[in-house]
Amino acid sequence: MDGLVIDNVSMVFTLPNGGQVHALEDVSLHLKPGELMAVLGPSGCGKTTLLNIVGGFLAPTAGQALLNGHQVTGPHKERGVVFQQGALFEWMTVAQNVSFGPRMCGVPRAEIKQTVRRLLDTVALRDFADKPVYQLSGGMQQRVALARCLANDPDVILMDEPLGALDALTREKMQGLVLKLWKETGKTIILITHSVEEALFLGERLVVMAPRPGRIHKEYALPFAEQGVGGDARSIKAQPDFIAAREEILSMIWEMEEEIMSGADMG
Amino acid sequence: MAKRKQPPRWGVWLGIADNSFTRQKTVKFGDASAVNSGRLWSVLTLIILILAWWIATIGGIIDPLFWPPLEGSLYPWDNPNRARPGVVDRFVSLFVDGYRNISLWEHVGTSVKRVLLGVVIGALVGIPLGFAMGLNSVARGLFDPIVEFIRPIPPLALIPLVILWLGIDEVAKIFLLFLAALFIMLIAARAGVNSVQISKVHAAYSLGASKFQVLRYVILPNALPEIFTGLRTSMGVCWGTLVAAELVAADQGVGSMMMIAKNFLQTDVVVIGIIIIGAIGFAIEIFMRMLEAWLIPWKGKG
Ligand SMILES: Nc1ncnc2c1ncn2[C@@H]1O[C@H](COP(=O)(O)OP(=O)(O)OP(=O)(O)O)[C@@H](O)[C@H]1O
Ligand SMILES: [Mg+2]
Repeated sequence: MDGLVIDNVSMVFTLPNGGQVHALEDVSLHLKPGELMAVLGPSGCGKTTLLNIVGGFLAPTAGQALLNGHQVTGPHKERGVVFQQGALFEWMTVAQNVSFGPRMCGVPRAEIKQTVRRLLDTVALRDFADKPVYQLSGGMQQRVALARCLANDPDVILMDEPLGALDALTREKMQGLVLKLWKETGKTIILITHSVEEALFLGERLVVMAPRPGRIHKEYALPFAEQGVGGDARSIKAQPDFIAAREEILSMIWEMEEEIMSGADMG
Repeated sequence: MAKRKQPPRWGVWLGIADNSFTRQKTVKFGDASAVNSGRLWSVLTLIILILAWWIATIGGIIDPLFWPPLEGSLYPWDNPNRARPGVVDRFVSLFVDGYRNISLWEHVGTSVKRVLLGVVIGALVGIPLGFAMGLNSVARGLFDPIVEFIRPIPPLALIPLVILWLGIDEVAKIFLLFLAALFIMLIAARAGVNSVQISKVHAAYSLGASKFQVLRYVILPNALPEIFTGLRTSMGVCWGTLVAAELVAADQGVGSMMMIAKNFLQTDVVVIGIIIIGAIGFAIEIFMRMLEAWLIPWKGKG
C-alpha cells in the first residue's frame, strides 16, 4: 500500500521500578502520499512516542509502521524529522547544516551547492548561509531545520511541535511557510502541535488523541489548509466554521485534561 | 538619541571605567557578568607586595636565608663583607649564565616539554577510551572499576610506584604525567559523549548519516568543549605534578633547579623557581583559554 501506514501500534514503557506506562494502544492510521496530518492531544497522550515510532527511533511493543509497504525498522532519510529546538548542529554554519544530509549520502558537491542555494532561498535565509546557527533567532533556526530536512528530499516529514518555541507572530508566519512547502513539495507530513488553531489551520486531517492509554479519540477532515495556501491566514482563522471547530476541540481537550487531573487526585 | 561617549580601552581593561556592556545594566550586584575586571586593584596589590619586599630589603629586616632581598645593592648601613644576592640580579644572571651549566631556558623548556608530552600522550589514549566508554557498554563495564578506583588517587601518590617500575629517568616522569592526564581526559571525553542531545543524534540518522558519520560529525564536535576543558585541567594538574616530581628526583627542570638550590641554601633561586612555576601555570591557562575561544566558538551555545 502506498503512503504511510500505522498498523495497530501499541507501546508499553516498562519503568525501572517495574511499573508500566501504556503510552499507545492500538493506534492505526493511513496517510496517503501528500497528506498533511496534524496531531493534537493533552500532554502525555503519546504524540511524541508515536512520532518516534514512525521515525524509527523506538520499536513499538506491538504492531508496526509501514512506509510504501516497507516496515519501519530504524531511522532513514526517507523520513525526515524537525524537532522543537536544539537539533541543529551548532558547530556548523547555516549552509553546512542544510547540506548535512546530502553530504552524508555522498551527493556530488555541485549538486549540493545548488540544493542549498535553492532551499535557503525558499526559507529566505540566503544572506545567512555562512553564519553559525547559534547567531540566528529561534524562528530563523527553525527555518534552517526545515531546509535541512528538505535537502534530502524525504517522502515523509515528521514534525514534533516545530513551532512550539516561537512567539505568536513568528509562529503565524512560519505556519504559512509550512503550508507553502507542503504544497510545493507534495510531501506527506505529520505535524504535532499543542495549538488547536495551528492544528486546524495546517491539518488537512486532524487527529485528536486521548491519554491513558494513548489512542486516537477523534478524526477530522478540514478544508482550511487548502484555503490557506496562498490565502489570507487571518481571515481564514476568523471564519465562523473555523471558530466553531476550534471551540469544539478546545472543550474536548479541556475535558480530557480535567479527567486526568481528577484521576491524579484519586490516585 | 545622544550617543554616549565610549570609555577608553585602557580604562575598561583596568576596570576603572565600565564598558558599554556593563553600563547598560541597572542591576550589577548579584550579576557576575556585570562585574568589571577590577584590574586596577590587582595592579595595586602587585605594587604593594613589591614595595613591601623592597622596604624589607632596604631595612635588611629578614634573614636572606628565609627570604631573599629584592635587589643586591649594598646600603651604607649594611655590613660590606656580607654579600647580598638579590633576586633581581640573580634572575638576570640565571637568564644570562643559566644555573649550574644549564640555562634557565633549558630548565623551563625541559619542564614544559615533559608536561606537553604527558598531556598529549594522555589525551591520545584517554580520549578514545573515554569515547569507547561513552558509546559501548562492554567498554564501560570493563574500564569503569579501574577508572572509578584510580580517579580519587592524587597522581603524586603514584610516584613511589613509578620510581620502582621505571626508575627516575625521563620515561618515569612522562609516564607519571601520562597517568595524571589519562584519567582526566578519559572522564572528560566520556562526559562529552554523554552530553550529546539525543535529538541531534536522531536528526543526523534521519538525514542518512551512518554510525561512523554520526560519531565523526555529531558526537565528536559535540564533545569538543568538554574535551577542551579536560585538556585545560590536565595541563594544570600535570604542571603541578611535574614540578613536585622534579623535586623528588630529577637533574633538570624547574623543580630540580629549586631542589639543588635548596641544598646550597640559595633561597633566591628557590623563590625565583616559585615565581616561574606560578607564571608558567598562569600562562598555560591563558593560552588554553585563548585557544578555546578560537577553536570552539560555539561552546555553551547549543
Ligand atoms: N522513555 C520512556 N520511559 C517511560 N515512559 C515514557 C517514556 N517516554 C514517554 N513515556 C511516557 O509515555 C507517555 C506519552 O509520552 P509522550 O512523550 O509521547 O507524550 P506527548 O503526547 O508527546 O506529551 P507532550 O505533549 O507533553 O509532549 C507519557 O505518560 C510518558 O510519561
Ligand atoms: Mg511530546
